[in-house]
Amino acid sequence: MFEIGLSHYLTVAAILFTLGVFGIFLNRKNVIVILMSIELMLLAVNINLVAFSAHLNDLVGQVFTMFVLTVAAAEAAVGLAILMVYFRNRGTIAVEDINMMKG
Amino acid sequence: MVQALAFYMFAFITIASAVMVISARNPVHSVLFLILTFFNSAGLFVLLGAEFLAMILVVVYVGAVAVLFMFVVMMLDINFVELRQGFLQYVPIGGLIGLILLAELLVVLGGWVLSPEAVSGGAAPTPEGISNTHALGQLIYTHYVYLFQAAGMVLLVAMIGAIVLTHRKRVGVRKQVISDQLARRAEETVTVISVESGKGI
Repeated sequence: MFEIGLSHYLTVAAILFTLGVFGIFLNRKNVIVILMSIELMLLAVNINLVAFSAHLNDLVGQVFTMFVLTVAAAEAAVGLAILMVYFRNRGTIAVEDINMMKG
Repeated sequence: MVQALAFYMFAFITIASAVMVISARNPVHSVLFLILTFFNSAGLFVLLGAEFLAMILVVVYVGAVAVLFMFVVMMLDINFVELRQGFLQYVPIGGLIGLILLAELLVVLGGWVLSPEAVSGGAAPTPEGISNTHALGQLIYTHYVYLFQAAGMVLLVAMIGAIVLTHRKRVGVRKQVISDQLARRAEETVTVISVESGKGI
């Protein structure tokens, strides 16, 4: 209980990842909250990587976490830019209205 | 003991604020709870001995990404009440999938073992006696320098992409074009007409 090991961190990351997936389902209409849920999932992945890095005494996990952070920041920037353009064109950000490509 | 208490505090607040991120009525509150989540995950990173990443998380996420989210949420004039309609309709299916995923992850957590090769020889064992930032710097500027540069390129492309996407030329707006003003010459635009007196043009 008072000995914090690898599995504690992995449990936190698993719960966080599940919350991210759950958030996507819960806020199916709101793209902004979906993007935030994706950020939560990426954060869970990062916690996993850092936990294993500390456990295995191997720094590569932390290097990889840094690259994941970079890509996540880029993804947030481009995603929000697309959102702004979409809102400017359509006046809404509801997910079900994004159907012009008939996908 | 203190470490365990700190871990439980950070972990609890992280998860509680993550719950609030996905369930808050107001997206502005969601963003604020996202900031709290990132702060507490940074605490978890410090507990794991990854101080540099913890600071990166605070600087990049709290300082940039969360503020970007806040900016977009506040700038777009969105009817969030309308977006929340049918919110409870997706709870059963989402909860079911979430529970299945969590159960699977916990099964994995209960059953995994480290392979002996992974334990014995890491790709970059943490050096003794120097700080985490120092060790990471020694690694990313030597072995991973190309990947580091590639990450920089990703950020550059994302920046240019975001600017190109959101930049617009507005029609019907008269703006000062300084190059046009400077390119004007008197001989092109001014003509001298000698007017006879008493006649007009």
